[in-house]
Amino acid sequence: MSGDNHAGAAELVTGAQAVIKSLEALGVEVVFGYPGGAIMPAYDPLIDADLQHVLVRHEQGAVHMAEGYAHATGRVGVCIVTSGPAATNLVTGLADAHMDSIPVLAITGQVARSAIGSDAFQEADVTGITMPITKHNELVQSPERIAGAIKEAYHVAQSGRPGPVLVDIPKDVLNATFAWAWPERVDLPGYRPTVRGHGKMIREALQLIAASERPVIYAGGGLVRAGAGEELFAFATRLGLPVVTTLMARGIFPDTHELAVGMPGMHGHYSGVIALQEADLLVTLGARFDDRVTGDLDSFAPHAKVVHVDVDPAEIGKNRAVDVPIVGDVKVVLGQLLKVLDDKDDTAFAPAIDAWREHVRDLKRDHPLRVDQPDTGVLKPQTAIRAVYETWGDEAVYVAGVGQHQMWSAQVIPYTRGRQWINSGGLGTMGFAVPAAIGAKVGVGRDTPVVAIDGDGCFQMTFQELATAVQHDIPVIFCVVNNGYLGMVRQWQHLFYDDRLSQVALPQDCPDLMKIADAYGIPGFRVMTVDELDTTLAKAREITDQPVLVEFRVDPDEMVFPMVPGGASNDDIIESADEWRARLARAGR
Amino acid sequence: MDRHTLSVLVENKPGVLTRIAGMFARRNYNIHSLAVGPTDDARVSRLTLVVGAEAVQLEQIVKQLNKLVHVLKIVELEADESVVREMQLVKVAAEGAHRSQIIELADVFRAKIVDVDHDSITIEAAGDPSKLEAMVNLLEPYGIREMVRSGTIALARGSKSITDGSKVRMQRVV
Repeated sequence: MSGDNHAGAAELVTGAQAVIKSLEALGVEVVFGYPGGAIMPAYDPLIDADLQHVLVRHEQGAVHMAEGYAHATGRVGVCIVTSGPAATNLVTGLADAHMDSIPVLAITGQVARSAIGSDAFQEADVTGITMPITKHNELVQSPERIAGAIKEAYHVAQSGRPGPVLVDIPKDVLNATFAWAWPERVDLPGYRPTVRGHGKMIREALQLIAASERPVIYAGGGLVRAGAGEELFAFATRLGLPVVTTLMARGIFPDTHELAVGMPGMHGHYSGVIALQEADLLVTLGARFDDRVTGDLDSFAPHAKVVHVDVDPAEIGKNRAVDVPIVGDVKVVLGQLLKVLDDKDDTAFAPAIDAWREHVRDLKRDHPLRVDQPDTGVLKPQTAIRAVYETWGDEAVYVAGVGQHQMWSAQVIPYTRGRQWINSGGLGTMGFAVPAAIGAKVGVGRDTPVVAIDGDGCFQMTFQELATAVQHDIPVIFCVVNNGYLGMVRQWQHLFYDDRLSQVALPQDCPDLMKIADAYGIPGFRVMTVDELDTTLAKAREITDQPVLVEFRVDPDEMVFPMVPGGASNDDIIESADEWRARLARAGR
Repeated sequence: MDRHTLSVLVENKPGVLTRIAGMFARRNYNIHSLAVGPTDDARVSRLTLVVGAEAVQLEQIVKQLNKLVHVLKIVELEADESVVREMQLVKVAAEGAHRSQIIELADVFRAKIVDVDHDSITIEAAGDPSKLEAMVNLLEPYGIREMVRSGTIALARGSKSITDGSKVRMQRVV
């Protein structure tokens, strides 16, 4: 069929070799994986391949590492595992990557074609299972299809709105011998993402901005995926627009800049939440009006018109009606917007909003994060996280799991660039941090510190990957904020279930994390009190050539504030535990 | 909820129907009827979907369908600007004097008798859904033994084609 071989006699290869050659041809440097029956043929040519393989301890680790790598570098993260249970172990990570638009290529082994459908050993309908949680997937039906399937998968994963793509390859296809050919181009007639924004819409957006009195840029994770930090900075500063950065976008606009208003959402900064509520225009860039940002949708930003830029047309108008829709790559669209600004008089579209900027600055100044670190020595988690930041600094990449520690890390650390903050947003996957940090470290290299900030609940879900970090010499700093509870669940039970705590206690000293560090042969440090913080972290900082584990025993009673209770309006934001108690008292409870 | 008829060109690849049906289930959309079959191009199949949706949701349905890699083109067919057909087979009890009445009825609806037995007649009818419903209503008193009805298929009226000016660039095999 394909007459692509122009180099004379075609090279004969096995399907397994074709998999490896395809990855090499795509420039893949590293794959995260775990061998097993159906994928075993591919692990043989891997020995001689120009590819680094990171052997994980659980397949979920492989996909989260691929995510961490992709998130940190912007390149496609690749994982490779066998059929059945190995492939189903990818499900959580694929769903996570799907929610957060992370480019991941997953290659799974499958039972031989003749056995498909027979309930064979380690058989599962993996394309069926992963259909709703991947951007695309394919069961490869012939060896000749391998290269095309992998090349297309890689292309789909990283283009348009990025996401996970899975390629499932039967064992007999991997074992078959055939004539190798690398397809010259990707042929996907039904897949043509829109890159450039519509010129008319670009001008309309600028006119809305020019006429606005209280505009806010609502900056989302799409900006990080598009690598649009520079363009965003130029655009926001040229027009003097305040910027909120969502959980997925932390750092894409520097928190240190005077136009930065903080994070919106359920546990956002007061200024970030209220700026959106009061705005008369949301310039929405690569954000999707997630329920954790909007709270009660009907009362979200009630006075605001909406400009919405997104590469995925389906996001536009999905949750919130839009006045100016712009479908396109947000980096390209920002370039188009800047071009119009360049062509016009510089002030043509800059709104006269000095009073609004002043007001937003006041919100920030008058409503800072409240952390009451007592002098009793009891360590508040926010104090620990701030100290972690002060130890490893702005150059480090910070990776969180899911829960209270994640929210504190998002709130407390001043991020200054995209890809500096990695976490599981949409799916909220506990256990994300340890493997994602390992993947991120593989991506950013030895010179950039990668610090995982994890909770004790999350850590116990995936800490077996410490062995991966040790075996492959991946020096991640693993910090565990140990409060002996599933803290976020406990917080909700405290606030909304009359403090009836149900199944949330995790013994603070079981497992003994210092013994865990010992067992994996890495240095372990434990901080019990505020006084020990600086000296202990200074010691941990010294260790740069191997993984290190730092445990903080923190106050279990600390809660995350501000908070917008689930389903409530953002207008009902509660800034502190004291404020919550005062409200309860007023309500007569 | 309004009914809308969507005509969808898809690549003729394994699992494409599952992807579409799965997307509807996953996003809690409502499929009223679905028909799928080949087109004049062997690599392309055509689906006709009748969905129940308000305007905002219909827009989402179309956008979410478009995100499926194997979906090539979607058009909504407006009822008054398209030919809409369903096919129906009805097996009716037909004893004695009823036989001629049933045959007469079938005639009125330009339906065909495709099978006759001692005590039953099977009628094949094609037409727009309301016509088929009217026929079934009239046949009901005689006793319907069983019936089957296809999903809706539809084409726009006039000379325009779904592939006109579209991004469908499946080249013909030379």
